[in-house]
Amino acid sequence: MAYVIQGETGDWELVIGLEVHAQVISKSKLFSGASTLFGGEPNTQVSLVDAAMPGMLPVINEYCIEQAVRTGLGLKAAINLTSVFARKNYFYADLPQGYQISQYEHPIVGEGEVILDMPDGSTRTVGIERLHLEQDAGKSLHDQHPTKSFIDLNRSGVALMEIVSKPDMRSPEEAAAYVTKLRSILRYLGTCDGNMAEGSMRCDANVSVRKSGEPYRTRAEIKNVNSIRFLQQAIEYEARRQIDLYEEGGQVVQETRLFDSNKGETRSMRSKEHAHDYRYFPDPDLLPLVLTQGFVDHIKAGLPELPDEKKDRFMRDYGLSPYDAGVLVAEQANADFFEAVAKGRDPKLACNWVMGDFAAAMNRLGRSIDNPPVSAADLGGLIDLIADNTISGRIAKEVFELMVETGKGPAAIVEEKGLRQVTDTGAIESSIDAVLAANGDKVAEYRSGKDKLFGFFVGQVMKATGGKANPALVNEILKKKLG
Amino acid sequence: MSLDKNRVRTIANLARLEVRDDELDHLAGELSNIIHFVEQLAEVNTDGVAPMTSVANMELPRRVDEVTDGGCQDKILANAPEQQDGFFLVPKVVE
Repeated sequence: MAYVIQGETGDWELVIGLEVHAQVISKSKLFSGASTLFGGEPNTQVSLVDAAMPGMLPVINEYCIEQAVRTGLGLKAAINLTSVFARKNYFYADLPQGYQISQYEHPIVGEGEVILDMPDGSTRTVGIERLHLEQDAGKSLHDQHPTKSFIDLNRSGVALMEIVSKPDMRSPEEAAAYVTKLRSILRYLGTCDGNMAEGSMRCDANVSVRKSGEPYRTRAEIKNVNSIRFLQQAIEYEARRQIDLYEEGGQVVQETRLFDSNKGETRSMRSKEHAHDYRYFPDPDLLPLVLTQGFVDHIKAGLPELPDEKKDRFMRDYGLSPYDAGVLVAEQANADFFEAVAKGRDPKLACNWVMGDFAAAMNRLGRSIDNPPVSAADLGGLIDLIADNTISGRIAKEVFELMVETGKGPAAIVEEKGLRQVTDTGAIESSIDAVLAANGDKVAEYRSGKDKLFGFFVGQVMKATGGKANPALVNEILKKKLG
Repeated sequence: MSLDKNRVRTIANLARLEVRDDELDHLAGELSNIIHFVEQLAEVNTDGVAPMTSVANMELPRRVDEVTDGGCQDKILANAPEQQDGFFLVPKVVE
């Protein structure tokens, strides 16, 4: 079902393209030896190159090149063996050079694709237009002083990958799924930590609307979107704004708009009126970047198993649903945890536990997969106890909570609390006899055709045995006795 | 190609140069002359010739990814007209 917005004049379709700026994981900057660490004292991680002192020359960081190529390969993209750095000219207080070194006509990575995993388990492919390397700018603080802005150049010159999608997304949900998937791929590759709150991944959205079957209309670019939730809000707001404008007889102008997350709206950034006149030209300080096919092949050979391949393998080898597999592989650490639990065990049971009680406990306690409330070995041990009929699935939930609470292993808890499942048929039979004797009226009703009462008897027996009776045995013996 | 007054005004604005209106005609003429001079190169047939990016027959030099620089806040801020708590101070630039 396609996403449409109903307007006065009919249904409108959204067209969305995203530009994601991903900070490259590297120790030092793209063109200088200053540190990239987040959160340093202001202007302490700045070289004379980053501050654009006269006469300083940029020298490229070879690891950043490798990271860009690795990312390109992870996006199934064409790697351009020759690329060119260009100057993108604009004035801003946190850009000491007066230009950003970027790539324009000849980026390092060309067309690729990202496969979206939608919440309903379906997939959609979004094209990647290009990926290029560029420098980040410094940081401006505007709220420290009534008439001054504070400038910190620590971020100035840090390597960014600008990843540009094709205008292939048609709903806010698809845009969210794209950013989520892209972040997952970057984290698997170890090329960007994907931390939107710290600004190491930032997103601009190009949004336009159209009637079904029309060519593209004019788009607006929304900047300053720093979470996936805000991205969806910004797109929804902007689409509605454009539709209202058209339906009132107006026109959308191509412009840069800022998303205000407090007000939940986008507004025009007038200062960017001339911003698109960047006067790019090849940077005379830098020769073209030439790679060998061998360099690319070597990086390709070292790529990890990526989310899409892992998802396919989880579906194939473990028989998981596309949805379950998609959720488990989104974070590599989660996928590893699941595999540790599932090893040599029923994978569906392992999946249910990891995505169910385990995930719930992790969220409740604010823990992370690196510091889990229960270790993979203990969770596996618990599943073993279910599999060999030592405990029932219901008791297992109780044991699990005790594991979380006490940090003890599952076997120890079962022994200590006497939770071992009763599989002694004699003991179960006598419990059943007692329940049937105490509920003679219900037995008569059951025998006269009220089948639904069977569940009532099972419940009573489980209650009488403290939940420890083997449910399969209870069912079997009850049927015999009532039948 | 020639430049008119408005184009010169835009270029001056992009370059953050203050140019008075009565200077625009003169500058338009000068800049146009420069462009015309360079345009003589268009007479040379360059079909099939790859653009030359450098006269140096060398590859882009690279560095290894190590922290070898920074930690010189005093030098970075030495020329700042105004500073506070390690930051540059500039006239407020926000909408």
